[in-house]
Amino acid sequence: MKKVLMGNHAAAIGVKLARTDVVSAYPITPQTQIIEMLNDLDESGEFGGRFIKVESEHSAMAACLGSATAGARSFTATSSQGLAYMHEMLHWVAGARLPIVMCDVNRAMGAPWILWTDQTDSLSQRDTGWMQFYCSSNQEILDSVLMAYRVAEEVLLPAMVVYDGFTLSHTYEPVDVPDQKLVDKFLPKLKNEYALRADKAEAFSALPSPKEYYRLRARMDHDMGRALKVFEEAGKTFEELFGRRYELIEPYRCEDADTILVVSGAPASTARVAVDQLRKEGCRAGLLKMRAFRPFPAQALRDFVRPGMRLAVVDRNYSQGHHGIFCEEMKSALYSLEKPPEVYGFIAGLGGGDITPELLSEIWRDTDEGRADAAAPNWMEDAR
Amino acid sequence: MPRLAFDPEKTPPILISGKSMSENKTGIWRSIRPKIDMDKCTHCMVCWKFCPEACVDLSSGDPQIDMGYCKGCAICADVCPVDCVEMVEEESR
Repeated sequence: MKKVLMGNHAAAIGVKLARTDVVSAYPITPQTQIIEMLNDLDESGEFGGRFIKVESEHSAMAACLGSATAGARSFTATSSQGLAYMHEMLHWVAGARLPIVMCDVNRAMGAPWILWTDQTDSLSQRDTGWMQFYCSSNQEILDSVLMAYRVAEEVLLPAMVVYDGFTLSHTYEPVDVPDQKLVDKFLPKLKNEYALRADKAEAFSALPSPKEYYRLRARMDHDMGRALKVFEEAGKTFEELFGRRYELIEPYRCEDADTILVVSGAPASTARVAVDQLRKEGCRAGLLKMRAFRPFPAQALRDFVRPGMRLAVVDRNYSQGHHGIFCEEMKSALYSLEKPPEVYGFIAGLGGGDITPELLSEIWRDTDEGRADAAAPNWMEDAR
Repeated sequence: MPRLAFDPEKTPPILISGKSMSENKTGIWRSIRPKIDMDKCTHCMVCWKFCPEACVDLSSGDPQIDMGYCKGCAICADVCPVDCVEMVEEESR
């Protein structure tokens, strides 16, 4: 059924459709409406699971750690400083191999206090062992919650569904809300063979030797790698059931393109408009939308690029002292190629500044016409 | 150096001990464990004095090591003046 939904409500409806057993969360702008809606659904009896109120984000993830250990499908949501406060638990949950799904609604990191979107909050959780999927529309948010559970439960790793604060979280768009019966087919009840059992005394993740720890980490990496294939397969099943296809990377009008914008999140939707406009003007422009950040789709990227290609990576995030984070990752994935494409990094919209079609066209032209610096980040002037 | 040779699919993704925490005590630390040769022991109490876990029990008259808490650090073996403590490979769990 088609509904007009804000991104945060699309996420909450996805969580309900997934028949999530336990939600534990703490409010923070711009995420709050997700848990407000889930709390309302819980109050009215429409949400079939348990809602656990807690006093902090750290406790929210700790509650999910407990419920997921007991085999319950668990969810939380947060943003920015709240995600940073969870950091310790993120490592623990991933190491304990619990398939928790979380929405991170991107919000820039303080100081100074800032409410608007950028991706540095989620990307600074890169090494925690969580999968990260970036969304470009409210439809994709709802669908990604379902996809994330499917992949997470198959590979036993937690997954973050990431989307732009306000640009998506508070903006209303038409969203096709899938039928519960089809969702049940796509996402059967969670059966975790490693879950805690009431009839058996067991201790989880007690102190191992370095040798055991090393192998557990290698096994984790193996499963992260496996998640790439699991995601692609889940995407095919999702398409069969719901008619929409999700892939790790998504090229748009790239067939004959030499210069390609590489964008993630909501600006990837904006970039389609920019590419269409550039095409109208006779430019051979293309767009590569990045959906998966962890696991990083390195092989898919190496298969996609051609020698002589120029990639303009647009980062609404920054690793101080180095580069935009998608750009770094892109360069490292392509370095092993004999003839890697040229990669240029652009910084735009930190702290929520608009990334407009005009700004993206400017970035494309700077790259195409050789005005971009390949060795350093290119900081763009505000669009407005 | 050799590459890691293991079959990831045959390595369990998480570590679950078949015992409860009341049996696990402070965890699964040891790779070696102390074995005391009581014929050589002089009851000098040096191991009791130096054990950083205070897990050498003298109540029976002989030094007995509480394996619930011993971390296998081998300090007792190091300080024993008559070398009556031998560190042996830990048995499999």
